[in-house]
Amino acid sequence: MPETLLVSLWRGGSDGRYVSYDVPMRENQTVLDVVTWVQRNADSTLSYRFACRVGMCGSCAMTVNGRPRWTCRTHVSKVASNGRITIGPLENLPIIKDLAADMRPFFEKWQQAKGRFAPSKARTDPIERIAPDSPARVAADAAIECINCGICYAACDTVRWNSDYLGPAALNRAWTLVNDVRDAANVERLTAVAANGGCHACHSHQSCQEHCPVSLNPTRSIAGLKRRTAQAYLRGEIKP
Amino acid sequence: MNVRLYVWQRLTAALMVPLVLGHFAVIFYATQKGLTAADILARTRGSVAWALFYGVFVLTVAVHAPIGVRTVLAEWTPLGSRSRDIAVVLFGLLLAVLGFRAIAAVVLA
Repeated sequence: MPETLLVSLWRGGSDGRYVSYDVPMRENQTVLDVVTWVQRNADSTLSYRFACRVGMCGSCAMTVNGRPRWTCRTHVSKVASNGRITIGPLENLPIIKDLAADMRPFFEKWQQAKGRFAPSKARTDPIERIAPDSPARVAADAAIECINCGICYAACDTVRWNSDYLGPAALNRAWTLVNDVRDAANVERLTAVAANGGCHACHSHQSCQEHCPVSLNPTRSIAGLKRRTAQAYLRGEIKP
Repeated sequence: MNVRLYVWQRLTAALMVPLVLGHFAVIFYATQKGLTAADILARTRGSVAWALFYGVFVLTVAVHAPIGVRTVLAEWTPLGSRSRDIAVVLFGLLLAVLGFRAIAAVVLA
């Protein structure tokens, strides 16, 4: 095993460049450990983002050797090639500085897709009984573990080509709410995801499913939205 | 792409499945039997059935193809939405004109 790792990190904004650092190699080391080592020992001006370090918060996603990954859950031994590793900010998002991408477009599209629960009951109403094995609940459960890390958004070809496209995460979130019988905003939600840039812009390349660290399948959720919006449109329930 | 264009594109695709198969069958039949142009024209001239078959085919193509081309233009060219939509409507009209011209040539006596 070589004693050092040659790490190329993106430095600067969109007009920046990769800068190489020698980082001591350890037997057990994540990509986030490497980035942290550089900031603490080589250049304290390095900007990056992390919080939990255990794959729960979704804030440390970066591009590692060309693939979007959670850096905290990616071992160097898994991705280093000949003692080299290249780390950049998430793609398809503006760069704030160095390894920190601006997540605002991602979360703005989450809101555009009506990704916020709209309650249909007040706290004085009785609790809605939902059978865990009902088809709608099963569909919602299959898509609900998203932690908004933005990896699917960075991996999506359609996001890259079409700046209006809402992206896999926002549409996946919309699909969970469409299947939530307690939600009161589904006409607005289906209208939002049926417009230009909505679910019908998806080409089903399935990069979102391929890269999702929690093994969700946003492509399947988007296919569900395509069916549901088409039915609603043909019944006259939504007007694009 | 929005839900209205999506429904039109899927609907015309579903219509085209049997039409494409029928079109292939016609091609294979004509080539296997060694039909001459005169043989083919003798069957198609004045035929309402062939006019309807290919008339529907041309219409579905003229709707289906521009919707796909619109997406390609949106994702791969810097065209604005208005000029893109004008371009694809013109493309659809061109397909319809060329298609109906070809049908007229083999159906009208």
